[in-house]
Amino acid sequence: MSGGGIRPSMSFSDAARETLKNRTLRHNLGFATRTICSKREKVVAEIADWEQTRTAGSMLKDEALANLEENLLILEEKVVAAGGKVHWAATATQAVEIVAMIAKSHQVSKVVKVKSITSDEIELNDGLAAQGITALETDLAELICQLADDSPSHILVPAIHKNRDEIRALFEAKLGVRAETSEPAALAEIARTHLRQKFLEAKMAVSGANFAVAETGCIGVVESEGNGRMCLTLPEVLVTIMGIEKVLPKWEDVATLMRLLPRSSTAERMNPYTSIWTGVTPGDGPQEFHLILLDNGRTTVLADAVGRQTLRCIRCSACLNVCPVYQRTGGHAYGSVYPGPIGAILTPQLLGMEHKNANTLPFASSMCGACYEACPVKINIPEVLAYLRGKTAKNPAESSAFRAAFWMMSDHRRFSAALKGRRLGVSIVSGLGLVKGWTDSREMPEVPAESFRTWWSKRGQ
Amino acid sequence: MTIQLFITCLNDALYPGTGVATTEILERLGHSVEFDPRQTCCGQMHLNSGYTDEAIQLAERWLDIYEDAECIVSPSGSCVANVREMFGHAGHWTQNSNLIERAAKMDGKLFELSEFILKFGGMDVLNPYFPHRVTYHPTCHGARALGLKDSPEQLLRQVQGLDFVELSEKWQCCGFGGTFSLKNSDTSAAMLQDKCETICALDVEYCVAIDNSCLMHIGGGLRKDGKVPKVIHLAEVLASQEPK
Amino acid sequence: MDSKELILRRIRSAAVTPALHKRVPVEKRPASLEAFVERVEDYRATVYRTTRNDIESLLATLCENKQCLTPEQFDFFIFPAQSDKDYSHADLALFDTTITMCAVGIEESGTIVLDSGPDQGRRAITLIPDHHICIIRADQIVATLEEALQRLDPTRPLTFISGPSATSDIELVRVEGVHGPRKLEVILLED
Repeated sequence: MSGGGIRPSMSFSDAARETLKNRTLRHNLGFATRTICSKREKVVAEIADWEQTRTAGSMLKDEALANLEENLLILEEKVVAAGGKVHWAATATQAVEIVAMIAKSHQVSKVVKVKSITSDEIELNDGLAAQGITALETDLAELICQLADDSPSHILVPAIHKNRDEIRALFEAKLGVRAETSEPAALAEIARTHLRQKFLEAKMAVSGANFAVAETGCIGVVESEGNGRMCLTLPEVLVTIMGIEKVLPKWEDVATLMRLLPRSSTAERMNPYTSIWTGVTPGDGPQEFHLILLDNGRTTVLADAVGRQTLRCIRCSACLNVCPVYQRTGGHAYGSVYPGPIGAILTPQLLGMEHKNANTLPFASSMCGACYEACPVKINIPEVLAYLRGKTAKNPAESSAFRAAFWMMSDHRRFSAALKGRRLGVSIVSGLGLVKGWTDSREMPEVPAESFRTWWSKRGQ
Repeated sequence: MTIQLFITCLNDALYPGTGVATTEILERLGHSVEFDPRQTCCGQMHLNSGYTDEAIQLAERWLDIYEDAECIVSPSGSCVANVREMFGHAGHWTQNSNLIERAAKMDGKLFELSEFILKFGGMDVLNPYFPHRVTYHPTCHGARALGLKDSPEQLLRQVQGLDFVELSEKWQCCGFGGTFSLKNSDTSAAMLQDKCETICALDVEYCVAIDNSCLMHIGGGLRKDGKVPKVIHLAEVLASQEPK
Repeated sequence: MDSKELILRRIRSAAVTPALHKRVPVEKRPASLEAFVERVEDYRATVYRTTRNDIESLLATLCENKQCLTPEQFDFFIFPAQSDKDYSHADLALFDTTITMCAVGIEESGTIVLDSGPDQGRRAITLIPDHHICIIRADQIVATLEEALQRLDPTRPLTFISGPSATSDIELVRVEGVHGPRKLEVILLED
């Protein structure tokens, strides 16, 4: 389970049925997401032209994607010129293989990791373990997930589903320490002590990237705890795995991105630490740097004119926090390291719409639009959801019902006939009545004595 | 002005009272109201459920009926949003530039009822009377897709005798979402339960909205638990008059 | 075909129309020192406003009874600070406090940026000790992120610091101090 991946093992509705039963989870999530949403509203309100900033963000990501080949080639050239090595991985397996190969070439059996959802996407930890290499998560939440052998349930706060008492019990069981209290500060102190020596000893680190800038060749990692700085600075060898959609064309674009990302993500004006580096710097930080450019389905998404906007995503997780579905089911119901509204469109596109569980994800939305409103790069998630629903194979019973409805709706004489004598109303209500999930929690509407058009025609007489 | 009613299939079949109230309101405001009996459905249900081809045929059919109208008013936020937003999207998905152009021409001609009243005024003429304790649920398509936010609350606050109470967590979806409530009924029910709890906590007699689909869902949830608040469409509140 | 060629070919066949987005320049405006200080303090860092005349006595107070480290180039006198001489990471862990200058400060977000210049040192020295004192001159503070980026050289290792190390991973409760310096003090030199 650890590390995650993006292949749901059951349909969203089946998975959600399980997670909805967990009242502690719903309570933890509800509290956490409400807290962050209200903080987010405050820091967003400080930006006078937030809507304009969102537009700028969406346009610069679109530009980056429109000239992706050129941007990636310039990035490669700049990284190599600065003493780094660039690898291209078409698939998850290739990316894992490259990391393992680099580790082996340095006789490294333990690597420290900065939180990286991309590495969770490719199931790096399990892949390295199969080759005898241990990957140690150093972000507090990822460490919690790793110790609990649990998968992340949120992009930003992977252990959002656990409360302080559960985390305290976990630390006591797995790290052999006694926690004085369940206070988050005390638990963070335990993580600090546990990891400090490991940072000082680590020979190799693996990170993701929040952005790279083509024109300069620099890579950026945005974080809060300083575990990122530890990993990016102290080991001799650094490997960064980056989805190809993360490249920005220009250095100045970092300003727009950094104005949008922390506010949307942690609801702060700025996150505590952002590290930016280019290749290797003699006498400062890792002296060997590898950048792995990962496709793993992204070019397929790029080829779809409607789905393409999904690649604007900067992984802020604002859409998760505002989503009424996510707030109740939690991230695990999505069966992928990309949960919530963005996951509901990204996972099935990365895997292909024929994936029988992933293709239930576009239906995991009431289309309320809160995600689109919150998205800092204006991904029209409801539009993409509806579009992807259209690309999903339908079950025969359902499609015959929709065909019948279409047949009736496409001719007003048929429609009027169906309305006569309450027939359509009765059939809608009895149709709903057949669906147990509906009737368990809802009473049927009452069918009126006559339709509107009957009233209208009588009125005219 | 001559106004074409876009009553919507759901209202026609299940909520004729909303259509009647809409007609009365528009006539009291001095407009000439017409109902084209060729109207059926705008295709929202098909589009949202992934039946894009059928939805586009229904969209084109809808445009055939309405594109020459001077002004169209509908008592449904989600159906207006479907025409305003999703027709164009569907045109874009299928590279149907004709559909995109025809849909774009509806801008400024098609209004949701509360949007129409907020834009052109007339609350003084209507002078509605509804002596009840009431809250308002801003339905998602009305609030976000149409950008109305909670502006229909302004209309309720002007109703004689009405005791308005603001709903907490009002931006939360009720969990209807059309076929979402069928395909993911457990998640939908969890959302509905929370919505019903926030409504009941207010000790109101009515929950008002501008979409009968959402009200059908919320009302179904309230009645299932034998709860007191009833649901009512905004049109029916605005059409209510003080007994003479 | 190797992976690079395969990925590039897939990008080409995606046939996205090339586009150039017109970047709207952000208006230049003078930075407000007050707003900068307020925002740095918002992150629960401590800010001292002082002058060249008084900084050394301030430093003496802040560094009292501490093992202090400075970059090789450091303009102010602190007794008994050590200057960085390729200490190992384990040795750096023995220091309590590191005192450095910085490259730029950003009013908009309350951020200080280190660029590993000679008066800031390599990245490890401001990371491993638990206490970082960062000195910033008033003329280094700019209003916006855009202006900060114009002043910075992206090819140098850059660290943007907005308050002390923090985490919100447990119930989204913000806790200062995990791995980076748990205490951040900023000295604003006003002359």
